[in-house]
Amino acid sequence: MKTLRILLIGFFVSLAFARPGFTETSLQQRGAMLYAQHCASCHGDTGKGGTGVPLSNTSFQQQVSDRFLFNTIKYGRPGRVMPAFSQLDKQDIQAIVKHVRTFSSARPPKLSMAKITGDISNGKELFHKHCASCHGTDGKGGKGTGVTFSRPRDLPIIAPALNNIGFLKSASDQMIKDTLMQGRDNTPMVSFLKQGLSEKDINDLVAYVRNFERYQQNYDHEKYKNEPLMIESESPYDLQTTIDNIKRAAVGKNFRLIRVQNLNAGLVEESKENTSQVIIYFCNFQMLNEALAIDPRVGMFLPCRITVVEQAGVVKVMAINPKRLSYLFNNDELNRLCGGMHDTYLEIIEEANL
Amino acid sequence: MRLYRYLFIALLLSLAPFAAAEQLLMARVNMTFPEAMLKLQETIKQQGYTISRVQRVDIGLTKSGYKTDKYRVVFFGKAEETEQLTKKFPVLLPYFPLKIAIFAEGNDTLITAYDPLLMFGESEPLLARAAQKWRSDLEVIFSTMREAE
Ligand code: HEC
Ligand code: HEC
Repeated sequence: MKTLRILLIGFFVSLAFARPGFTETSLQQRGAMLYAQHCASCHGDTGKGGTGVPLSNTSFQQQVSDRFLFNTIKYGRPGRVMPAFSQLDKQDIQAIVKHVRTFSSARPPKLSMAKITGDISNGKELFHKHCASCHGTDGKGGKGTGVTFSRPRDLPIIAPALNNIGFLKSASDQMIKDTLMQGRDNTPMVSFLKQGLSEKDINDLVAYVRNFERYQQNYDHEKYKNEPLMIESESPYDLQTTIDNIKRAAVGKNFRLIRVQNLNAGLVEESKENTSQVIIYFCNFQMLNEALAIDPRVGMFLPCRITVVEQAGVVKVMAINPKRLSYLFNNDELNRLCGGMHDTYLEIIEEANL
Repeated sequence: MRLYRYLFIALLLSLAPFAAAEQLLMARVNMTFPEAMLKLQETIKQQGYTISRVQRVDIGLTKSGYKTDKYRVVFFGKAEETEQLTKKFPVLLPYFPLKIAIFAEGNDTLITAYDPLLMFGESEPLLARAAQKWRSDLEVIFSTMREAE
């Protein structure tokens, strides 16, 4: 009864929001609510950054148009953690853009949409000299997810990917130029005018960055979309021997055993645990550290784990499929690591089955 | 305050069918890590789950000489459901119990989980229904945490 009432109220409230032409204040509230729900976890409650880059930065707000913010939300940054919010409608995205603008009193720019022409080959040379150290060769961006201070980082803010289709669809030539001319205060991105480049050099760089559009490959992160959810294999041994074999194989691959437990341990009294579903946890701390630096959220699938079960006389060995899970993170950097982890799981299982 | 929270949750739930593109559930909690840790466990229990274990990821890292902030994985489930569904649907075996990762970020705490509906939602009706329930429970947990102060 109570839940019904709550649901009903919720329904009416959401109807009120869904009406076209709602008032300015409700638009603001909606923007704030959507931001809290979809963005704050990464960019911070007030846009100061976290897992994502800071949105409250004054120079950033002065350099990017509402169109840039709108398209960035809509298309995301494929393979670079920032999700595409294609499920949100136009009004919702506009509400979020409005909310993002409250993080700073800076005025949004009036940007020209005109194409900036320049010498691409000179731009390329300059890029390798001045930009690639942070933005990566070919502009694929710095490693990691943003600005998280809670873990050691090479840079306080990770340089965004410039060859990313989400970026290129959002940024106008003028915006890229302004960023290079002015830099972004309080970030590693400095003014290259002040660094001694000429305006012509900067135009050449803009032309080179725009030219990335021509080299859009299939994104890495889509590649694992259709992978099976788990790795699975039948063991020729009995349950206990299989468990011992897995333990030995994992240690042989430089893992440290963490714990062996029944799957439902902690859910039922010890005497009622199901002893034919057993989990073996193991870890390599160097790998764990590397994974958390690429994306702190992957800890959810760690420590490493192999599950051994006996059902109807058959012993099976199972593991999550790291490749399939990598897809969840929209992070190309992680794909490489998860590809390796997938192979390691296979090797351990194969060796245990020998 | 309480009513407000219910309203908020109800609102999120009514919007839920449209918010499907994010692959991971996440929330920023405006609490220090120890507070958030307590609140999370309490909230999970309120949804009718048993906490089976809290894995301390940070301890091993620190011991091995790596720098890290506080990091835990909280495992939870329901005894009977786990027993029955893992027998019927082996795909759950490597994934169960359910879990939420929780880690500090400055004075805030972040929580994150995979969306069971995206993982198991396109299977047999029984499993799909269970996945739908886990997802909506997780949504309540995440929005409660988001609102907590
Ligand atoms: C020391 C590292 C570093 C160097 C060198 C560097 N950048 Fe950046 N760049 C950054 C960071 C960090 C940001 C993100 C700043 C922010 O948070 O707003 C950035 C932002 C940008 C942006 C805006 C991207 C966006 O999504 O808003 C562009 C365009 C850009 N850089 C181009 C360049 C080019 C071209 C060069 C070489 C001339 C260059 N950068 C050199 C670190 C660097
Ligand atoms: C899972 C974490 C995550 C979530 C959730 C997220 N972002 Fe991002 N966002 C990022 C990361 C990481 C980047 C930098 C991408 C890169 O390095 O190429 C980014 C980039 C951006 C940029 C471009 C910044 C720049 O300097 O060019 C904007 C604007 C942005 N996000 C807004 C949002 C908004 C608004 C939301 C909510 C609708 C959101 N993001 C949700 C992680 C996230």
